[in-house]
Amino acid sequence: MTSGTMPLRSEQDIVSARQAVRKWCVELGFSLVDQTKMVTAASELARNTLIYGGGGEMVWSHGSQPGRRALTLTFADEGPGIPDLDLALTDRWTSGNGLGLGLSGARRLVQEFDIDTTPGAGTRVTISRWK
Amino acid sequence: MERIPILRMGDLLLVTIQVDLHDQVAMQLQDDLTAQIERIGAKGVVIDISALEMVDSFIGRLIADTSSMARVLDAETVVVGMRPAVAITLVELGVAMPGVRTALNVEKGMAMLIQSRRED
Repeated sequence: MTSGTMPLRSEQDIVSARQAVRKWCVELGFSLVDQTKMVTAASELARNTLIYGGGGEMVWSHGSQPGRRALTLTFADEGPGIPDLDLALTDRWTSGNGLGLGLSGARRLVQEFDIDTTPGAGTRVTISRWK
Repeated sequence: MERIPILRMGDLLLVTIQVDLHDQVAMQLQDDLTAQIERIGAKGVVIDISALEMVDSFIGRLIADTSSMARVLDAETVVVGMRPAVAITLVELGVAMPGVRTALNVEKGMAMLIQSRRED
C-alpha cells in the first residue's frame, strides 16, 4: 500500500487532486469509465471540502490487497460539519448555491462511501473503488 | 489567469475547451462568451468539450447555464464531443443538462446550427 496527503485549500488544489486521482486509477488498471467515475466523485468531494468545510485535505491510499486493487480517498475538513446528514444526502438538497448533487452523486459513483460528521468539528468523507 | 479562446466564424462562435477547467476559468468563460454573443450578434455557439476528461456537477451546471444565457441572447448552443465515459458518469451523478443540444463533433454541431437557421 502507498499513502499520503494532499492539501485542499484552493481551486488549484482541486485540479491537482483530480489529476493525482486519475494517475492512480490508471496505475491500478481501472477501466476508463471507472477512472472517470472516481475522478468525478473526488472532484465533487474536494469542492465540498473547500467550499463548505473551509478547506482541508485529501488522504489517499492505494495498492493491492488480496483479491483486489483499491483506491481509497478521505476528504477531511474542520468546518461546521453537517447538522442533518439524511437531508444532505438527498438529491437536489443544497445548503449553498450548488446543484445539491455533490454528496449524493459522489456516493453513486463509488463502491464504498462512508461519512463521519460532527457539528462544529468537521466532516470526513471516505470513498473507495476497486478493480 | 488563463482564458479560453472564443473563435468567430461568421455569426457563429466556437469554443474549444482544451484545459482541465478551474472553477474561475469556467466562470470567466461564461462572462466572455455572453459578452461576445452580444458584441457580434452571434446566432449560434458550439462548445467543444472533447478534450474534457471529466465533467462534474459544477462544470455541468455551468455549461447548462451558459446555454440558457445564450438562448436568452438569441443564440443557440450545441455542446459537442462529450466522451462516452463522461456521459455515463454525468447521468449517474444526476446531472441531466436539460435543454442543452448536443452533437457528436464540431462538424455536426456546426451543421445543426446552420440547418436550424435556415428553418427560421
